[in-house]
Formats: sequence, C-alpha cells, structure tokens
Amino acid sequence: MRGLLAVMLLLASAPALAQSALPPAPYADRQIDDPALERKARGLMETIRCLTCQSQSIADSNASMAGDMRSEIRQRIMAGETPEHIRAWLIERYGDWVSYEPTAAPILWPLWAAPAVLLFLGLLLLRARIKRRKRS
Amino acid sequence: MIAEAGLAALWLAAALALLQLVLVVFGLAGRKEELLGAVRPVAVSQGLLTLLAFLSLILLFLRSDMSVMLVVTNSHSMKPWLYKFAGTWGNHEGSMLLWVTVMGAAGSAVALFERALGRSTHMATLGAQAAISLGFYAFLLFSSNPFARIDPPAADGQGLNPLLQDPGLAFHPPTLYLGYVGLSVAFSFALGALLTRQVDAAFARAMRPWVLAAWVMLTLGITAGSYWAYYELGWGGWWFWDPVENASLMPWLAATALLHSVTVLATRDALRAWTVMLAVIAFSMSMVGTFLVRSGILTSVHAFAVDPERGTFILALLAIYIGGAFALFGWRIGAVREGAPFELVSRETMLVVNNLLLSVILGLVLIGTLYPLLTEAFGHKVSVGAPYFDRMAGPIALVLMIAMAAGPLTRWRRDRFRAVAGRLLIPAAVALVTLALVVALAWGRIGVLPLAGLVIAVAVAVGSVAPLWKRNLRRTPLFTWGMVIAHLGCAVSLGGMASDSAFTVEKLAAARPGDTIETAGWALRFTRIMPIAGDNWTALQADMTASRDGGGAVELHPQSRFFASPPTTTTEAALLTRWNGQLYVVLGQETGDGRWQVRVWWKPFVTFIWLGGIMIALGGALALVGRERRGWLMKWRARAAA
Repeated sequence: MRGLLAVMLLLASAPALAQSALPPAPYADRQIDDPALERKARGLMETIRCLTCQSQSIADSNASMAGDMRSEIRQRIMAGETPEHIRAWLIERYGDWVSYEPTAAPILWPLWAAPAVLLFLGLLLLRARIKRRKRS
Repeated sequence: MIAEAGLAALWLAAALALLQLVLVVFGLAGRKEELLGAVRPVAVSQGLLTLLAFLSLILLFLRSDMSVMLVVTNSHSMKPWLYKFAGTWGNHEGSMLLWVTVMGAAGSAVALFERALGRSTHMATLGAQAAISLGFYAFLLFSSNPFARIDPPAADGQGLNPLLQDPGLAFHPPTLYLGYVGLSVAFSFALGALLTRQVDAAFARAMRPWVLAAWVMLTLGITAGSYWAYYELGWGGWWFWDPVENASLMPWLAATALLHSVTVLATRDALRAWTVMLAVIAFSMSMVGTFLVRSGILTSVHAFAVDPERGTFILALLAIYIGGAFALFGWRIGAVREGAPFELVSRETMLVVNNLLLSVILGLVLIGTLYPLLTEAFGHKVSVGAPYFDRMAGPIALVLMIAMAAGPLTRWRRDRFRAVAGRLLIPAAVALVTLALVVALAWGRIGVLPLAGLVIAVAVAVGSVAPLWKRNLRRTPLFTWGMVIAHLGCAVSLGGMASDSAFTVEKLAAARPGDTIETAGWALRFTRIMPIAGDNWTALQADMTASRDGGGAVELHPQSRFFASPPTTTTEAALLTRWNGQLYVVLGQETGDGRWQVRVWWKPFVTFIWLGGIMIALGGALALVGRERRGWLMKWRARAAA
C-alpha cells in the first residue's frame, strides 16, 4: 500500500522543488476567512484529483499544480460560485479524470447501479435459500 | 557467492515444490502411502530453502553488495542499517521473494502443525499449496530474479525512496504479506477438501485457526499501513481509497466474511459450499491485489505496456489459479451435501447477513477499483475515488455494524424476533441519546454520514459488550472475550473515523519565529527554526511549544527533510497525542518573507481508528488461542506422557 503512495509523493515533490522560486498561488495554503466557505472549498478539494500525482486529491498534495488548483477553487468559492459549478468547469478543462466523484456519463451508469444490483442479487440468493429450507 | 547461494536455494525450493506436488498426485491417485510419507519433510525443506534465499538477500542488502543489481537500484551504503534491512522488501523483486518465503513458511507450518484435518485432505492441501507456490517461484525466477548481478559493480547505490525510510517499512509489509499469503492456506484447504469431498464441520474446525491467524496479521498490517500513511504523508489523511489500499482491503473483507462463515460451518454444519467459495475468493483477492500493484496496470492501462512481461505473467497465474479453483468448485460442489437447515430468526441468519453485506462491499470496492481500467479501454479516462466509496459502501457498512451488534445477541438455530428486539433495547436507547446530544452540539456542522457513524459507533459499542451481560466474567470462554473485543474494536474504530471527519479543525498559517498560532483551544508558539543533520539527510527543524487552555507547554519538532539520494524532500509531522485527540503539526515551505507555512490539525479521537484496529486484531488472537488452547494442552500432555 505504501509503494504507490511513496511514488506519488516523489512525483509531487519534484516539481515543488523545481519551482520553489516562483511565488505560490495566493490561496494555495491560505484558508478563506469565512469558515462556512472554507468548508465548502475543502469539501470540493477533497474530491479533485491532483493531476501531477498518482492517486492523491489536491487537498493532500504538496505538488505546485495542486496548490494552484486549491487557490483557484478558494478564489472561485469566494466569488460566489457553487462547488458543483467549479467541478463542471474543472471537468471541462481537464476531463472526467480530474473528478474523484464519477460523473453521470452513460459509461458510468453500471458503476452507479452496482450497489443496488449487488444487494438485489444477494437478497435473491438469500430468498432462494430460505425458500428451499422451508420446503425441505 | 551469497547471491549465487540465494539463487540456488530458490531453484532448489522450486524443485522441491514440484516434487511435493508430484508426490501428492501419485500418492493420492495410487494410494501409495510411501510417497505420501515424504510429503511433509519435503514441504518443510522447501520452506527452509525459501527462508535461506530470503536471508541471503537480506545479507546482501546489509552488506551493501553493489555487484547485485537490486541492491544498486534500491539501496545506498550511507543508509541506516534498519533501512538497509527493511529495504530488502521495499522493491518489486524483494517483496515477491518475501511473498514466496511467507508461502513456504505457511506450507511448512501446515505440514508440521496441522493435526485435525483428515490424512488425505491434509495431503491434498499440501499438494495445492505446492501448486500455487510453483507459479510464484516461476514468476520470481523467470521474470523477477532478485539475485541478478551487474558487471562491473557500481560505486554506490541509488538509494531507497525516502518516504519508505521509516520504521513502518520494517513492520507493515511483512505483517501484510503474512496476512495475504496466510490466506493461501485457506485456499489450499478448500481445494484439498473439494478434491477429497470432505467439506464438513471437522474441516471447518481445522481451517478456522489458519484463517484467524492470517486475518489477525492482515488486520494489523492494514492498521499499521494506515497509521504510517497518516503520519508520513503530512496531510492528516489516514485512508485515501487508493487502488493499492483497496488491494489490501479486498482480501480483508473476504477473510472477515470467511471467518464468520467458517464459524457457522464449524458450529452448525451449515453454509458448506459458501464457505469453500469464500476461502477461494479470499486468496484470489490477495492475488488480484498483487497483480494490480505489481503489474503497474493501476496507474494506467498504458503503464501495463511498460513491463508487459511481468504483468502478463501474473495475469496468467491469476487465470490459472482462480480459474482452476472455480472450475474445481463447479465440478465438485454438487458432491458436497447441503448443510444443516436453519430458521429465519437465528444467529445463522445474522451471520449470513454479515456475509452478504461484506460481499456487497467487497464487490463495490472491486468494481470501483477496476472500473477506471474498463472505461480507459473504451478511451474514456475517469476517476473513482472517496466520494463514490464513501457514499456507496459507507451506508452498507453502517448496516453491517448494526448486524454485528445484533448477531451475538441472537441464539443459534432459532430465536424469537421480539426477544432479540428486547435485547437491543438498551443500545437503541443509547443511540437516541447520542443522536440528540450530537444534533444539539453540532447541528449544521456535521454531515449525515459522520453523524450516523457516531451514533451507530456508540450504540454498537454498548451492544457489543452486551453478550457479557449477566455472565460470570471469569468463566466466560476466551473466544467469547475475543469476539466481544473485536466487535468493540470495530465500534471504536468507526467512532474514530466519524469523529475525525466530523470534528477535525484545520488551520493553515504563515508564521515567523516568535509568532503564536491559535486553533481549537491550542496555542502553538513557534520559537525558532534550526538546520539539523541525520545519517543520510539534512533537515530544517522548527522548535514549537504547544499548550492548551493555559496548561503546561509541550515541545514539538516538525521537520522538513532533504534526502540526497534520491533527491527528495519529505515532511516529518510532529504529533502530540492526548486521550481525546491528536495535534498534528507540519512545517511547510518558506513563503519568501521570512515566514513559514505551518499546517495544524486538531483531530478529536482520531487515534481511536487505529486503537480499534489493534483491538480487532487482539480479539482475533484471543479467539484463536481460546479455541485452540485445549487442543494444544492435550497435545502437550500426550507428548509428556509418551
């Protein structure tokens, strides 16, 4: 489990080192003063993929690009945009890959249906079993 | 010399595995007792040889033998000895050697200590174990030789990934592998019993301790990995739904289900086919996990092409073993008699519900992990992460927790619905009180899932100790204590998770020495920043003192470390543990105006997550000892008498 996490931090820290001369984006590591807005921004950041890392959200990444995206999100939240609107904007810009929350694209319908289908199959199995029991 | 000796030992072990398989096949088919008599010594020798190969590799790492390729690419002479040692398995080849070593050790243990199983099933089990080992020997010898030399030797190595240079590396992978590969024993037991058609309560009683032992190790390994990620990555997260984590969670879910169904089979002789299938699935999940992690396919379908040989090799092994096991299952399961019947309201039904829900969660994690691969094949890149898993698996897990509290309060065979409901009255009342309290205190700041998690955690904690109610505690069997502690551990862990996600306070600050950062009742004074040096790193260390509500000050030293080989920066978080939570302080980058980024979290009861994990493992260990102690005592007495 650690291997991948390690690799992704390696990937994450290399650009951070290389670009440390550039000033970081203003809201990369600065919270919004209004806690309610910050909570909103944080909720969104936790579900946005860091594109230069390997399986990390931008909320837990040292990568400079993740910092830029955090800053962008905080500024847009302060400007009054809704999280879902910002997510749509990010998806439009970077593709579905950027959102840890799968979209409602038709190719993802089976994924969203999976819990119901699995539970249904399980109950079916259980019912068949109890019925058989009663007969025997 | 050492490298060649290790390689020779590995080849010999592979040859012995082949011999073991041949002996079993001809011995069982021709009923030749003289062939079967050799199986156990061969299995033990095979285990010893893999151990020898593994020790050779450890020695090569400890001596920093730079004529060995693997040491050159993964070690460095300046590393502290602990990381030279643990670095043995911090890479692909070494970790696969650890895998076959554990497998050899597990095979030896089954040969030496298994006495409860019928003779022919025991032999068939050892044959199956040899057959699985063979595939992994082939993988190691043909596509991942850890002992390959380079000529001329390198001046020094390239170093180990600094993130792995942590005591966690010495503990986490070995325990996790003991769990993963320990499940191969259950797999082999299932195949052996299918071959001899002896799936019954006695078989379940023989299999149970092996399943329990593997499950305890797996639980510890996952708990340790989670805590390691938590303190090392520096962002306060403890579970990321990362595919590699999912790869360790899936065998655990299957093994947890197996653990409960094997108890039904052992106690009531029901769920025969299902238990055998779960035993097959549990180790299959270990292998699928290994394939996902080791082939590189997780990063991207295209990364698979980077090392197609290894990926294809493991995929072929998966197809042979999982496909073969299910073919055998389909062929033989008709011959397995249906188990004993049971009533709708009974502990058996509760355990079936447990198995059903665990299987659904397992299915969700598997589908969610593999789905991005599927869509990528259609040219559509998607991510499936925490929002999906939390929302889909979370509620099912909460229902499972309720079933967990109700199960032990329901009688075997038959119970009355009203009686069970009556026993759940106190936990339900506790749930209502907790709900009212949390809503009154935190309404509007707490999400639905964390709220439900908190309420259920408290109620289930009460429910899980209820089986001890009105019992003479000194005469309560050890395995009952084990179950109670493990179930309580689940509640404790859930409480920690819910509390962390509901009540964590985050503070990001830019501070210069002399400043004080205040958050969640804590005053964190930033005294100074100093350069310091370790064995193979230099660091900037911040000296801080933390005090709460005017209480005594405690020193904290978060660091930002720089490693030269390979060049990497890591953050070393400073953790301050209190009974009711943890203060987590990270030193970030300099902002350019003499100030430093400091990230501070106050995480109420976050330690309960891992405390619960340890309790679950402890409960499993107590159950194991409690069930087996009598058998061990009798064996010792028999030996003493002889």
